[in-house]
Amino acid sequence: MIETKSLRKSFRSRQGRETKTVEAVRGVDLFVSEGEIFGFLGPNGAGKTTTLRMLATLIEPDGGEATIAGADLRRNSGEVRRRIGYVAQGGSTWDEVSAREELVLHARMYGIGKAEAQQRAVRALDAFQLTEYADRKCKTYSGGQRRRVDIALGVIHDPKVVFLDEPTTGLDPQSRAHMWDEIRRLRAEGMTIFVTTHYLEEADALCDRLAIMDYGEIVAEGTPDELKREVAGDVVTVGLNGSTPEAAQMLDSESYVNKLETVEGGLRLYVDQGATAIPQILRKIDGAGIHLGTIELHRPSLDDVFLEKTGRSLRES
Amino acid sequence: MKLLRDTWLIFQRQMLLVLRNPVWVVIGILQPLYFLLLFGPLLKDALHAPTAADAYRFFVPGLLVMLAMFGSMFVGFGLIAELRAGVIERSRVTPVSRLALMLGRSLRDVATLIAQAVLITVLAIPFGLTVRVGDVLLAYLMLGLIGVMLSAASNALALKLRSEDALAPLMNGVAQPLLLLSGILLPLTGWVATVADFNPFSWAVDASRALFAGDPGDNSVWQALLILGALTVLTLFWSARSFARSVR
Repeated sequence: MIETKSLRKSFRSRQGRETKTVEAVRGVDLFVSEGEIFGFLGPNGAGKTTTLRMLATLIEPDGGEATIAGADLRRNSGEVRRRIGYVAQGGSTWDEVSAREELVLHARMYGIGKAEAQQRAVRALDAFQLTEYADRKCKTYSGGQRRRVDIALGVIHDPKVVFLDEPTTGLDPQSRAHMWDEIRRLRAEGMTIFVTTHYLEEADALCDRLAIMDYGEIVAEGTPDELKREVAGDVVTVGLNGSTPEAAQMLDSESYVNKLETVEGGLRLYVDQGATAIPQILRKIDGAGIHLGTIELHRPSLDDVFLEKTGRSLRES
Repeated sequence: MKLLRDTWLIFQRQMLLVLRNPVWVVIGILQPLYFLLLFGPLLKDALHAPTAADAYRFFVPGLLVMLAMFGSMFVGFGLIAELRAGVIERSRVTPVSRLALMLGRSLRDVATLIAQAVLITVLAIPFGLTVRVGDVLLAYLMLGLIGVMLSAASNALALKLRSEDALAPLMNGVAQPLLLLSGILLPLTGWVATVADFNPFSWAVDASRALFAGDPGDNSVWQALLILGALTVLTLFWSARSFARSVR
């Protein structure tokens, strides 16, 4: 649905008398399949928004190519516009106008007729639970309501692909969970969703696949599970009441254990897949008659992935 | 046809916004109103006019040009606010005509300008202003040209500067000399009159006065329409290009 090849963009910025060229995006290759929620994770300033704005026809790439929903980004941006929706980070409504008026106008800017635009607005208001406030001015809406209007505007013309730039930034936890549901609903309706975020939990919970971006480059790509496995697999902590050396000796020779550490009160085992390793560990320890106190499975977080790939923690940057 | 349809769409939305919050229309009309009430009475003696009505027939046509200038030069501020609110970007991702985004806004400015001009004209009638319908319509056409030209220029500059702090001093720096060199307040004499020949708005003021004096055949009328028409076309090209570029 989206394919890019070495997409590049640099900006010139002036600091005093010096002009510096900042390479915001340095050759991005992406492949996004139809009907998936694709996440773009990275710290602020990593080049996520610049990439998104290039794909949404808002800024021209310096180099590279992209095909979006079958249309060539550089040669046929008009057709790309018809097939995509875009929701910017900072809002997109006039204060003095109601959500219904905004939806009708926006549909009409896509060339949709008046009657059809009004029907679409009614459906969109209903789908995004905005009917109650439909005729109130946008300036009276809460942050979450405004965000829902923004997204309703972005999909009013039934695009094949929708780009969402940090759709949950600034929302409270409840509105955020609500927004995730809306995004999943759009996927269920058949849209391909490209979403940027700097929240790890969001990328983890929401995205089918994701790419991690840092300093204008993609440093990792895959499903959240794949990425986490790529780092270190899972970690199983076994709490033992004595007999630790025996257990260590016994488990160290098992093929599924990549690495083993003795810690206070037990062992830490690095395995590829915790879910299949735990039963085997249990059987082994039980069979040797060693008393098992506790067993715990830790999954590496996306922060571990980010740390591994960039040498920095996402939470610090 | 798409251009016309899109322009109408943008115009409708912009007029809705003006009507929902007409404070700027009112502010725009206050300045000429103050001049009419507080400066007009001084003119009979200052100009040695035979009657007060004569003084108003000289002053009001210029006042309308001033209204057109000041009403349109500052519309760029609204565009900067729209850029900040994200509504421009939202329009840009749609296939809507880029030229329509500009023309729809300029038409809004012309519509509000003509409404303000009608109000000022009507208010000046009790002071002794007289004019034929055909002449006043021709004068409004000229005001409309000024409105389109300055609103397009203001919006183009706003797109370039993207900051009120940069736009305000620039616009004020240009507006004041243009006003003083237009002969709106007093008849121009000496070297100031020579410099004013290079000010298109000074030509507009002369033409406006000729029209309100019931003399549409005066040379100043066709000259002003020609100069303003040409400048308006040039400015529209420039503004359309800057919209097409930064609003790709």
